[in-house]
Amino acid sequence: IRVDSRTIYVGHRSSSTNEAFIPPKFCDNRIVSSKYTVWNFLPKNLFEQFRRIANFYFLIIFLVQVIVDTPTSPVTSGLPLFFVITVTAIKQGYEDWLRHKADNEVNKYPVTVLEDGRRIRKESEKIKVGDVVEVEEDKTFPCDLILLQSSRGDDTCFVTTASLDGESNHKTHYTVPDTEKDLESLNATIECEQPQPDLYKFVGRMHIYKTNQEPAVRSLGPENLLLKGATLKNTQKICGVAVYTGMETKMALNYQGKSQKRSAVEKSINAFLLVYLCILVSKALVCTTLKYVWQGKPGQDEPWYNEKTQREKDTNLYLKMFTDFLSFMVLFNFIIPVSMYVTVEMQKFLGSFFITWDKDFFDPEIKEGALVNTSDLNEELGQVEYVFTDKTGTLTQNNMEFIECCIDGFQYKYQDESSELDGLCVPDGPVSKLQQKAGREREELFLRALCLCHTVQVKESSEQGQAHEQRGFIASSPDEVALVKGTVVERSSMYELLHVLNFDPVRRRMSVIVRSKSGETLLFCKGADSSIFPRVKQEEVERIRMHVERNATEGYRTLCVAYKYLSEEEYAQADAGLREARLALQDREQKLMSVYNQVETGMSLIGATAVEDRLQEEAAETMEALQGAGMNVWVLTGDKMETAKSTCYACRLFQRSTELLELTVRTLEDGGRRREERLHELLLDYHKKAVQDAPPVKAGVTRRWSSANQDYGFIIDGATLSMVLNSSSESNASRYKNLFLQICQNCTAVLCCRMAPLQKAQIVKMVKNSKGCPITLSIGDGANDVSMILEAHVGIGIKGKEGRQAVRNSDYAIPKLKHLKKLLLAHGHLYYVRIAHLVQYFFYKNLCFILPQFLYQFFCGYSQQPLYDAAYLTMYNICFTSMPILAYSLLEQHICIEVLLDNATLYRDIAKNAMLRWGLFLYWTLLGVFHGLLFFFGVRFLFSNPALQDNGQVFGNWSYGTIVFTVLVFTVTLKLALDTRHWTWINHFVIWGSLAFYVFFSFFWGGIIWPFLKQQRLYFVFANMLSSVSAWLVIILLILVSLLPEILLVVFRKPRGPNARQIAPVTPLSYKHLKEDD
Amino acid sequence: MVKEVKELVNRPDNTAYTQQRLPAWQPMLSAGIVIPGFVSIGLVFIGIGVALFVTSQSIQVLEIDYTGVEQSSPCFKCSDQTGKKCDCVMNFDIDSLFKGPVFFYYGLSNYFQNQRKYSVSIDYNQLTGDLDYFTNPDDACFPFQNDRNKPIVPCGAIANSMFNDTFQLFQLVNGQKKEVPLDGKGIAWWTDYNTKYRNPSVTPLRNAFNGTVKPPSWPQAAYELDTKDTSNNGFINQDFLVWMRTAALPDFRKLYRRITEGDYASGLPAGNYSLQIAYNYPVLSFDGRKKVVFSNVSWMGGKNEFLGIAYLVIGSLCVLMSIVMLIVYAKFKFPEED
Repeated sequence: IRVDSRTIYVGHRSSSTNEAFIPPKFCDNRIVSSKYTVWNFLPKNLFEQFRRIANFYFLIIFLVQVIVDTPTSPVTSGLPLFFVITVTAIKQGYEDWLRHKADNEVNKYPVTVLEDGRRIRKESEKIKVGDVVEVEEDKTFPCDLILLQSSRGDDTCFVTTASLDGESNHKTHYTVPDTEKDLESLNATIECEQPQPDLYKFVGRMHIYKTNQEPAVRSLGPENLLLKGATLKNTQKICGVAVYTGMETKMALNYQGKSQKRSAVEKSINAFLLVYLCILVSKALVCTTLKYVWQGKPGQDEPWYNEKTQREKDTNLYLKMFTDFLSFMVLFNFIIPVSMYVTVEMQKFLGSFFITWDKDFFDPEIKEGALVNTSDLNEELGQVEYVFTDKTGTLTQNNMEFIECCIDGFQYKYQDESSELDGLCVPDGPVSKLQQKAGREREELFLRALCLCHTVQVKESSEQGQAHEQRGFIASSPDEVALVKGTVVERSSMYELLHVLNFDPVRRRMSVIVRSKSGETLLFCKGADSSIFPRVKQEEVERIRMHVERNATEGYRTLCVAYKYLSEEEYAQADAGLREARLALQDREQKLMSVYNQVETGMSLIGATAVEDRLQEEAAETMEALQGAGMNVWVLTGDKMETAKSTCYACRLFQRSTELLELTVRTLEDGGRRREERLHELLLDYHKKAVQDAPPVKAGVTRRWSSANQDYGFIIDGATLSMVLNSSSESNASRYKNLFLQICQNCTAVLCCRMAPLQKAQIVKMVKNSKGCPITLSIGDGANDVSMILEAHVGIGIKGKEGRQAVRNSDYAIPKLKHLKKLLLAHGHLYYVRIAHLVQYFFYKNLCFILPQFLYQFFCGYSQQPLYDAAYLTMYNICFTSMPILAYSLLEQHICIEVLLDNATLYRDIAKNAMLRWGLFLYWTLLGVFHGLLFFFGVRFLFSNPALQDNGQVFGNWSYGTIVFTVLVFTVTLKLALDTRHWTWINHFVIWGSLAFYVFFSFFWGGIIWPFLKQQRLYFVFANMLSSVSAWLVIILLILVSLLPEILLVVFRKPRGPNARQIAPVTPLSYKHLKEDD
Repeated sequence: MVKEVKELVNRPDNTAYTQQRLPAWQPMLSAGIVIPGFVSIGLVFIGIGVALFVTSQSIQVLEIDYTGVEQSSPCFKCSDQTGKKCDCVMNFDIDSLFKGPVFFYYGLSNYFQNQRKYSVSIDYNQLTGDLDYFTNPDDACFPFQNDRNKPIVPCGAIANSMFNDTFQLFQLVNGQKKEVPLDGKGIAWWTDYNTKYRNPSVTPLRNAFNGTVKPPSWPQAAYELDTKDTSNNGFINQDFLVWMRTAALPDFRKLYRRITEGDYASGLPAGNYSLQIAYNYPVLSFDGRKKVVFSNVSWMGGKNEFLGIAYLVIGSLCVLMSIVMLIVYAKFKFPEED
């Protein structure tokens, strides 16, 4: 039975003596992040590995080879499989060993536990829930603790959570109020919720039992909870009671693998695999059928020279057929190679290093480069169709700059030359010059409100270490510092802080309740206009609203400030309500919210501030490039429409010529009709405008990109969106959704404002699942973007100011928005081209590898005779042809990076998985078939007279196979060479090296009588082959005939059009040494 | 699990490799390269093609089917496969000098030496003279592994089915038969004869075969393959070696003898010839055919029209394509030259 809360006896002391004390069972403090133990490693790891469909397939083939009498020895498929499995097992074993080591380090870490007044050293893993643990400065907490005692006088301690969420600033945590100084005599129980992964949520209650007194109850919140993994700072030592241990700590709960994202290329691979599986099965079926048809003819089944054994004769016909079928499967199974998976994995793993290594992604400010969390999605970066971007911190710097304020409708402008204000928060740099003055009294009130209401901010900055001056003030002129400092002093001297009504994104405001020296109780409230205006006297609104709206259209962030006097009764009521809500164990959030809402009414408006949130570096250029690359950019923000709109203009997402289609609460209310009706009408209207009247999109071009057409921009807000998505009737909902999507798809940019984090994810999900399943990318920097980052195909985190949560949950993290351009246009494009070519090439090379073997069955009585020697069968994919394609897939730049960055439109060429469409797949398949046929029949005609040497001696079947194989290895390697546009020395090395290795290996393999081989089939076959002029001539002929049509195609398909110049920027066949910058 | 504290100095290396800026050669196939390339390839191919074709045309081939399917064939009487010894004589004429050295092949059709089960039915260790395997042949040889509990040497289907027709060639000069000397040396691969196959180092050779039996289809044991010449006996008998190199296709020919000696060193002069065949090898049961082939060879081996024609066709196509390309380029002026 799951209980909603747990009860913890602090120091294992039961609350009352007469009650039977049953210590509740909790898990121990052992962290187990390792997957295996020494004992279960082998079975568990093997099981996990063979759960992969490909490995399982190869295992089946291997088993068939072992059990059934098959043409190739089990070694041919067993060896590569064994290699792959072993390498993976070693890698996973090593990783697990590292985890074991890390676990042990954590679990064996010595800690001090207070037991019955004695300090006892223990290993960390021995901590039990209820133990009182002592932690010293700069040590990490061994489990989740409730802070009971701190060495600091003010009952606080400082903590950094860098290893949890990457935020390196110091956070203040508080001891439980009014606990005894003497922990030994503390008799208390803690009631708290069951472990849950949210780092920032905790609800609990502490009952303190004192002799002969009613138990005192204290509420516990996240500010009392010290998380495992966080580090104690600036505090000598603390004592805390363990509440969550081991795998139940928040850190452990947060350590959960993200759901695996699969790329579109991977889906294509699987589809192609299916086709090849069908080819494989049908080949085997055809051969089996023909075998029995052929054997039906008299004399063919069992000629005297090839007598069957008695067992063969006795075997059931159908069983024989089945084993024949399996044998053919085994013979042709190389068409689906193990090595492809290995190569793809290696390509992804090694390829992702180029992102982390890219110095263009290095940001000197944070001293970090890009981060790759999921290398599986490299190629998806080249396929993005929809970009969902957060506004604050992503498009904009989240670096506020005070612009102006207005008090009672009078405008005050900040007119300092050095407008670079490195302020942390909005109101740090207040008014410098007053043009028209409002009443002195009002001014004072306004400033006071700002200073008081942002006390939290000042405090936060002081938290960064006592030595720090408040950073916010440093850059502003001395008199301002003085002014604010003055008011701060004033606060501490004049006002007593009673309550802080915290900011949250739903209310979009925060308040403080203070008591002045004179005993008046005041509430100051600060927040977004939309959240303040309904809560103040309406007559005051108009004066300010004008300013606020004008500021908003200029792209500034506005805040309104209001206040009210609280009477004694009002305060008492609010105080009681707040205290009660804070103690609530369940639904504390909602209860607090309702109290907040109750208190924050009937205020009077004092003024508003305007702050500019500056755009990120090159935000506009980046957005322009993304749009040019054919991506639909959607801005999803929690901010208000006007601000977001102005940001969009600033980013050039909206142009002057863009016609804006607004679907917001305001437009809905325009007609004065029912919102539903109006919504319906507007949707249809916009749909007609943007979709029906728009000229039809040209075939082949995925999205229109011409200035001749009218651009549309679409704006929707959260409230309307939820109406669209959750319409009252089911049929309407899907219809609206369709209309909405269609409109959006025809707009150059879409702005969704006033979005809750969950709504952001909803939108991403909707687009993701819409027709055509477009590839989506989300980029954001804050915790509120995590949901959409996780939802999108590719999630990108910006290593911004709002902590590390987005980065932790992202697939890729970059320091700045501007890096997105190179990440997508250059890296994404190249990765996609590389892996797409890799996939197609792999299928191709194995088709023309196996096709001759299939054709040979027609000439060997369908007896499953392999055409190639076992060594060649095994080595083909491992040694002879694997390195060139790997090098290609890591180094190829069919268009150089600068050109890709300069011409965003090039990105469209590969949109919609262009290189892995069925058409191209068919082309490659046909090419493989053509080559396979050519290799086989070319040699077949040559062998119509097997006397190929000038001494009249004849060649046998292994010579036949070796000639075909030689042609094959050379052709597929040279085919890749033909496709390579970017020949670095590595390419030269591996391509020519592979061919040389093949020749060397063949000589070597055929030059020695290998004692471990049963038959010396290839003994001197290769050397003899090379002594025949005819063999040379046929090899040259077949290689050239295979490749010449390709060359013709390349020539006739010369790039034309505007991009031709950029695509072919180099003079033909000349070495162009790209100049190295700096 | 615990993230390492980030290093402060983690600026990426600025090397050509990490920044994907390795100096690179970026070849572009342009008309200026492709057209001359095609022309030269075409011309070279035509040249080779002509040489191959002429050479192939100059090679003389004489094929004689002696299976004896038709009643008119002199070997018809032998084709009933009663198993007893049967000789037949095929007569043929040569109109003009058959230039030497003449190579004498035998050919088999619809004979699957490349059957998988057949082609693995061999014990290589026996054939290297390893006496352990004489008493205990490999299982792969089954059903030609043991005969009445005695090991077969050489075991296996390939060895058992060794071609055992023998031929004698006579020129009819004035009604007299004049034997054409046939040279049985150097018909197998040098490596097969000298390194791959070895007789057991026991003299006399027959002692090594004590306790073994000959393959059931063989008229004589392995040590009796060539009693006159010890260097051509046992496992290094050239006919045996030729047979053991399994053919690639079901219609194949294998070298039987070379005519290099005496009066016939320069070739077979025009005249009447008589081929005396010891007809032992049954092929009609599986609808096979037997033939003898006289051929001379050139630097490219035996007669093979395919290579010459293929080279000529591909060469001409290359030239043709380059002409087409030239026309296309001249007409549409690809944005190459501007």
